[in-house]
Amino acid sequence: MTSAAVQYNPTPAILPGKGGMRGALSDLFWRRPKLLLLLMLLPPVLWLGIVYIGSLFALLAQSFFSIDEFSGLINRQFTLKTYGDLFQPANLDIILRTVTMAALVTLASAIVAFPIAYYAARYAKGRWKALFYLGVMLPLWSSYLVKVYAWKLILAKEGILTWLFGKLGLSWLLDAWLSLPIVGGNSLSVSFTGTFIVFVYVWLPFMILPVQAALERVPGNLVEASSDLGASPGQTFRNVLFPLALPGIVAGSIFTFSLTLGDYIIPAIIGTSRLFIGQAVYSQQGTAGNIPLAAAFTVVPIVIMGFYLWGAKRMGAFDAL
Amino acid sequence: MTSAVSFKQVSRHFGSVRAVDAVDLDIAPGEFFAMLGPSGSGKTTCLRLIAGFEQPTAGSISIFGERAEGVPPYRRNVNTVFQDYALFPHLNVLDNVAYGLMVKGVGKAERHKAAEEALSLVRLPGYGARRPGQLSGGQRQRVALARALVNQPKVLLLDEPLGALDLKLRENMQEELKSLQKALGITFVFVTHDQGEALSMADRVAVFNDGRIMQIGTPEDIYQRPRTRFVADFVGSSNVLPPDFVQRYSGQHRWGSLRPESIRVSNATSGDGVAAKLIGTNYLGATTRLALDADGLRLHAVVPAGTALPAEGEAVMLTFNRESLHLMDEPA
Repeated sequence: MTSAAVQYNPTPAILPGKGGMRGALSDLFWRRPKLLLLLMLLPPVLWLGIVYIGSLFALLAQSFFSIDEFSGLINRQFTLKTYGDLFQPANLDIILRTVTMAALVTLASAIVAFPIAYYAARYAKGRWKALFYLGVMLPLWSSYLVKVYAWKLILAKEGILTWLFGKLGLSWLLDAWLSLPIVGGNSLSVSFTGTFIVFVYVWLPFMILPVQAALERVPGNLVEASSDLGASPGQTFRNVLFPLALPGIVAGSIFTFSLTLGDYIIPAIIGTSRLFIGQAVYSQQGTAGNIPLAAAFTVVPIVIMGFYLWGAKRMGAFDAL
Repeated sequence: MTSAVSFKQVSRHFGSVRAVDAVDLDIAPGEFFAMLGPSGSGKTTCLRLIAGFEQPTAGSISIFGERAEGVPPYRRNVNTVFQDYALFPHLNVLDNVAYGLMVKGVGKAERHKAAEEALSLVRLPGYGARRPGQLSGGQRQRVALARALVNQPKVLLLDEPLGALDLKLRENMQEELKSLQKALGITFVFVTHDQGEALSMADRVAVFNDGRIMQIGTPEDIYQRPRTRFVADFVGSSNVLPPDFVQRYSGQHRWGSLRPESIRVSNATSGDGVAAKLIGTNYLGATTRLALDADGLRLHAVVPAGTALPAEGEAVMLTFNRESLHLMDEPA
């Protein structure tokens, strides 16, 4: 009886060690899973801690230095003078302009992104879903500079958009818009409207993807339940879809808002000669050599984003997470 | 009298799939109506047709005499308890229950009071401040029920609402649903694949298969007098007997149905009855289920626990009362 059983099942209950260094290491990691975790986390934590956060703190420290206006040398003593400089009318103007632009770009991105994300999350299947991802990601594969210059051509006075408006007999509309103060200009490519259009174009994927992910997680039967309980499609959107998509919209808006706050290339190529924060940082640390003021300028978006997230949390944007 | 729900030759086809095919159905007001069938038999699609989530490909549906085709779900005074409850995760229990009243524009104080009452009705008073995620499956089920009932629907649709609950809880909820339905007098339409549930709760049962209704009747009708082999087999796993076999005992060449509990098993090796061999026993607690082989015909018998049983492989004699043998309409 026993010998027959052994014959049927010749393998021992406990297998021998795999042997060698790798076998010993596997056994060691199995016994001490925390060691493995530590080894895995060490490189990224070092990178994040020293290179990433470290340079951020270096930047923060710089912003508390000041520049000697006569010699142009940096005075390495703690002072809030540089932050005071931010509140000079010219600098405050730059901050307000940038924040307003970032807010409008975020709002427009959310409005444009939602239907696309909704379609992709609810209706697109198989090939259409692949096409959606391709369509959203494709612009990200090409150089950002090339895209921006392409838009300069599209928006130029001799560009395709002007031509299109002319063909549609809508030149008067374009002219009327361009004659408006602030948003207007000689052509779209040298107006804030142009800057806005290109910002929305460039950052749109960063809004679509998180919103789509959030909507994907909303079970379809919640929409049915809402309808079943008497809610019209509009009410279902307000009471169910929007609150549940809000974390995604907030995640997307963090991208669109902060990327707009920090960008210095788009407003330099498309738009007026008035500066945005990114351009101010660029010129202060470059030609002007005023590193402390450049650093203080970069702290502005960080503080604004901090307040933004705090406000979003208080409004319950993350409750559905 | 107008029916609560009336289907006239209703079909719902998805491409070449006939989910519901030419169904005629009349559900009386105040009735507890069960739709029973295996998965994919069309029972849930029928429920969704009543709720308005699906539109019929052909035929007409009326709810309390009013045409329902083309009417969106939010304009039907019909509410659904979903299979997985579909509670809103971002709202607390009270706001979940008050949702229907909220979208109808009922004021906050009034709708919260009504929601509290509905929660008491399902025996969950004081749970209003919790989130759905903090509740157990049985509690979520009750919240889903309260959320539907607070709207005082003309018809309440229940889509396998007890499927996710464990046995004990399910039995409790069956009793509660039944008494709730009696107390409220609302028409309940209940979808289930559990024949025991359908038989114990419903006033009438419709048995579905392949998008069609095989039989509609009282639980007793369905159980004792199945019309087709499918119904006999699906409802209570009856022994379906081939016409040749039936002819020997009833004189008629028709399909027959014999309930497992109507079969008596004895050790006798001669005398009246069907000679068979015991091939397996399943201990079920209150009863024991025997698998028998009667000259190639596989039969099942259910005997009370404690009955002295022959050993597996032994020859036995099966007997049954002639009136227990039900002859089915289905042509041989």
